[in-house]
Amino acid sequence: MPILDFSALLHGQFRDWLVSGFLFSLQLTGLTLVLALPLATLVALLRMAPSRPARALGFLYVEGVRSVPLIVHMLFWYFGAPELLPDRTRQWLYSGNVEAIAAVVALTLYSAAYMAEDIRSGLRAVPRTQFEAARALGFSFLGSMRRVILPQALRITVPPLISQTLNLWKDTSIATVIGVAELMYQAQRVETASFRGFDTFALVTAAYLSVSVLITALSVGFQHFFPARAAS
Amino acid sequence: MIQFDQVNKWYGSYQALTNINERIAPGEVVVVCGPSGSGKSTLIRTINRLEPIDQGIIRVQGQDVHRKGLNLNAYRSGIGFVFQQFNLFPHLTALQNCSLAPIALKGLSKAEADAHSLALLKRVGLESKAHVLPAKLSGGQQQRVAIARALAMKPPIMLFDEPTSALDPEMVGEVLAVMKSLAAEGMTMVCVTHEMGFAREVADRVLFMDAGQILERAAPADFFNRPQHPRARQFLSDIRSPYASLAA
Amino acid sequence: MKELIDVYGLYFLIGQYPNGPLGGLALTVLLASLGLLLALPLGLLLGLARVSPLAWVRWPVSGLVFVVRGTPLLMVVFWAYFFLPVVTGHKTGQFDTMLGALVLFDGAYLAEIVRAGLQGLPKGQFEAARSLGLSYGQAMRRVLLPQALRHMLPSLVNQFVSTIKETSLGTIIGLSELSYVANQINAQVLVKPLQIYSVLALSYFVMCFGLSRLAYALESRLNEART
Repeated sequence: MPILDFSALLHGQFRDWLVSGFLFSLQLTGLTLVLALPLATLVALLRMAPSRPARALGFLYVEGVRSVPLIVHMLFWYFGAPELLPDRTRQWLYSGNVEAIAAVVALTLYSAAYMAEDIRSGLRAVPRTQFEAARALGFSFLGSMRRVILPQALRITVPPLISQTLNLWKDTSIATVIGVAELMYQAQRVETASFRGFDTFALVTAAYLSVSVLITALSVGFQHFFPARAAS
Repeated sequence: MIQFDQVNKWYGSYQALTNINERIAPGEVVVVCGPSGSGKSTLIRTINRLEPIDQGIIRVQGQDVHRKGLNLNAYRSGIGFVFQQFNLFPHLTALQNCSLAPIALKGLSKAEADAHSLALLKRVGLESKAHVLPAKLSGGQQQRVAIARALAMKPPIMLFDEPTSALDPEMVGEVLAVMKSLAAEGMTMVCVTHEMGFAREVADRVLFMDAGQILERAAPADFFNRPQHPRARQFLSDIRSPYASLAA
Repeated sequence: MKELIDVYGLYFLIGQYPNGPLGGLALTVLLASLGLLLALPLGLLLGLARVSPLAWVRWPVSGLVFVVRGTPLLMVVFWAYFFLPVVTGHKTGQFDTMLGALVLFDGAYLAEIVRAGLQGLPKGQFEAARSLGLSYGQAMRRVLLPQALRHMLPSLVNQFVSTIKETSLGTIIGLSELSYVANQINAQVLVKPLQIYSVLALSYFVMCFGLSRLAYALESRLNEART
């Protein structure tokens, strides 16, 4: 059993690589979250819209995206999608950080599909009778939504969304396959350069776990302070 | 047969049972009644240790229920318990529900167990439903199967925890009829129930509980006609005319 | 497009077989099926441990499940890459590495599904079983698990969908599953990435969407039976 010796990893170049990877993973997560939540809300509303084509569109998006592995999304957006762009745009793209852009697009579309379902479940979990009761008291549609439905839906929706954020954090590791310099990529790089595979992966696993623990604690804390209360 | 000696129980700082002392003789039918939260369900559940006690001794047929060497499973198989929510096993037919324990615990063969179960189902009037799943049975039918299931292990004691409270009114009678016939055969029974008619007809004794204590014990005729304790009187008047307190 | 199918179609479906190991779509399906099949007993064991009344069983297993679920699958794959040769004593191939990683990873997720399934049963079921005199083990085996497993079926099918998607990570360690094969084709053809990756996406879509529809149908059937 190899002995753990982190000293080589915690100094100098190796440390810099790992730290930059860690930070980049966090940035990917944050940026994706900011982009995915509005998209997810839109898709959730689309799936609940009165118009049938709108609902079908939402359904197709969610099922289409969720049925394809994230790695394929990444490969598609990195290798396949730029084909569709006009030459000027494509050149501009390649001059920049095309890998990261492709990764963020893939992660955003992928996460939004799952989050849309969580948001939709949250909205549906509030019994229709709540809405009827609010209208019966005299609230308008928007007023009912704002004062009665959404506060209840939010408590139900947030824990699954936090759980999805955890998945997102782990999913950023897939970006390594298209060459994005996030944590997993740097881990492989350090491992190759230092020949200390066991130590490197132990350290990086701990890094992933530390953020996972934080996110889980957030979920537990939320559910403790803002429990979803049933009417009966 | 069942003996409570200075039994006390707490849930955290809340005292659920206070200084319970009681003796239930073999063949007696005892009804426990009282308002919600009085501890009557807790009391009956301590008999087969679904709830543990903190102080005192409960003896059933001479055995200390909380004795260290007690084989809890063997002990429980000697007591029949009927739940308010029936709790039939939904993946098994009525017959299989009844035969499960005899086959698993007494080592009976399927044929023997099923024959015995069928006889029990016949006794509760449901032999035609032997091969039906619980989901297809009405509440009253499910509860009768639950009684048959409890009887399958031939226990000398039957405990009923509000057996008719979850039933629609028209089904209460069929379950009470089964319980009456059991009592007539000399079964030792402890029933937590709101069914005063049943208590009046069948019980040998009524125990009135409130706030974790047994406040009154009397023969049914005495209890219903001449309640002694003020809270017992309040309880009975609330049951008889629920709106009287609003009129005041 | 048609030329692509003619030249590479078979390679896409079964890899280099019979001139080499099995690959492509066939390998993906094989890996996913085997992975989930082997993960089931592990998941059942871990799930039972998670609800065990014995704290010395519950805590370590909960810890293990938490660590595996908090780690990216890719990391678990690398761990398998490192540890399996050490544990088994000889060099582990890519298929076995991936299989090991999937069994552990899915086992942990199945443990949670089993736990949720058991804890979702009405408490009265356990009480009724114990009141009859059944032991913990007998109650679990004859009353709780049969019900829980039935309710878990849609979740199990969904987990199979996830497993199929998870096999795509085999690309990174050079396993010739579907995504790797698509990459290889793209590396040779170079000028048609859009078509190639679209077909790749479509293949997964057909498999996974089909299965999740099955899970949905199962769930509807279960809900009907319950009411």
